[in-house]
Amino acid sequence: MRWVPVFKKEMRLYFGSAVAYAVFISFLVICGIFFSSIFLFYSDASMRSFMQPQFGQNLNVIENVMRPLFTNMSVVLLFMMPMITMRLFAEERRAGTFELLLTYPVRDGEVLAGKYLAALALYVILLALTLLYPALIAYFTRVEWGPIFAGYFGLLLTGAMFLAAGVLVSSLTENQIVAAFGTFGILLAFWVVGWGAEFAGGTLRSLFQYLSIGDHLDGFTRGLIDTKDLVYYLSVTALALFLTLRSLESKRWRG
Amino acid sequence: MIQVDNLTKRYGSVTAIHDVSFGVEKGRIVGFLGPNGAGKSTTMKILSCFMPATGGTARVAGYDVFSQSIEVRRRIGYLPENAPLYPDLSVASYLDFVAEIKGVGRGERRGRVAEVMERCFVTDMQNRLIGKLSKGYRQRVGLAQALLGDPEVLILDEPTIGLDPRQIAEIRTLIRSLAGQHTVILSTHILPEVSMVCDGVVIINHGRIVAQGTESELVQQVFPTARTEVRVAGASGDVAAALRAVPGVVTVEPLPARDGTVGFVVESAHGHDVRGDVVRLVTGKGWALQELHQVGMSLEEVFIRVVAGEQVAPDVVVPEEEVR
Repeated sequence: MRWVPVFKKEMRLYFGSAVAYAVFISFLVICGIFFSSIFLFYSDASMRSFMQPQFGQNLNVIENVMRPLFTNMSVVLLFMMPMITMRLFAEERRAGTFELLLTYPVRDGEVLAGKYLAALALYVILLALTLLYPALIAYFTRVEWGPIFAGYFGLLLTGAMFLAAGVLVSSLTENQIVAAFGTFGILLAFWVVGWGAEFAGGTLRSLFQYLSIGDHLDGFTRGLIDTKDLVYYLSVTALALFLTLRSLESKRWRG
Repeated sequence: MIQVDNLTKRYGSVTAIHDVSFGVEKGRIVGFLGPNGAGKSTTMKILSCFMPATGGTARVAGYDVFSQSIEVRRRIGYLPENAPLYPDLSVASYLDFVAEIKGVGRGERRGRVAEVMERCFVTDMQNRLIGKLSKGYRQRVGLAQALLGDPEVLILDEPTIGLDPRQIAEIRTLIRSLAGQHTVILSTHILPEVSMVCDGVVIINHGRIVAQGTESELVQQVFPTARTEVRVAGASGDVAAALRAVPGVVTVEPLPARDGTVGFVVESAHGHDVRGDVVRLVTGKGWALQELHQVGMSLEEVFIRVVAGEQVAPDVVVPEEEVR
């Protein structure tokens, strides 16, 4: 249970410095722009469908507003998640506070759990703030909440995976900028690997498709929770956290 | 309480400490002395379980620092060099975090934190962010976190660095008051600090222990003779020869003459006080005794001699140039 003080300390640092607010504001402003333009376009389309009923036959608020919004949010996360995780280990190593932390009676796994869960908690708060968008939609029209929550669940898993990758990179360097850009590069590579799938053939194609983040999120945004996608997110997250733990232990060995 | 045997640490091809062995008994305060880069901090990092040794063993409170590190870490308070702290936390919330991670129960945490803040004179700064504190205050907050959880063993790497003279005196008094209940090992390069605060001294140079013991033991090891200064007026004849004839005297060195007096440094074996015989000699000859006192050998002279390797006590290893 020694992860609790580490968790509390990280949360204090997120909210005590400007990190939490900077991430919240930039994420919400960007997503707000996306949401309003998508929603305005949708309302315009539904107005026109009054005039031409055959045009509006498959007009659906989940399909036409929430789905593109989820995809856009996941792209913004690509930029935001490294900002949350970059300081977790790199800053402590640079400042020398890590030395002190490791001499307290706390296991490496507990340090990692406290830090990772703090980053995840910050992300959950961020996601919760974006519930404003579906709430706004529900104010104007009737929505089905099931697919919306499936989409949020997908975003939660995507974010959890991004954060795990960020924690891993942060544990490998003393430099926060290296940590942020390293994480961003890795995540971007996982993203664009899906584009390569179109030109590849055979096994390579299915491998690329499997690795691509976008392909796995797609199901969730349509309200589909597939075991294949769950396994993908959870196994990558677990692998990144396991490697982080190994990297912490090896630091202890090398001193 | 602390037992270090043949400890060696290499960073790649550089040997930071080589075959270091020493022990500290419970309740004692031991000063770790050495020039910069001698291996003081390395030894302390190993003792505090921050990093493993390349060879040898270290036990704290009966537990091995490597294989039983959690047990050791429950029993130590560590202040690293330069007191690394979180600049974005306030003093009180930082100390609350340390108390919680050291396993101080929820009920007593507030009281414990208040107590160490009082002891380390940081209560008036408790709501200030650590990043806004002066070096002296940061150092004292670092000491406060080491004291939290009432550890049996305290490992303090240069605890008084960056403090003003009054604060140094306060912190020394504080450390001194820890003797008895706590075992303390502290490193410093302020030599008088060791004389004031510590019961024992370990001198390390180029990663090897070059001398250890209490201050008086070291003085006797390094300087095999006691020195007495004699100054006589109205002397006639060969005063030096007369002094040399006093039983127990080993050598007599002349001091510069002053105001018509002659002075000498008389060296004699330890435990052999020649002052009585000198007085009888001088008065017997009808000279006037102007000055007579023993010259104390300070730790500083011991340190300079041992570290410079000019003269080394018989049971002390000659340091070699190994660390580049």
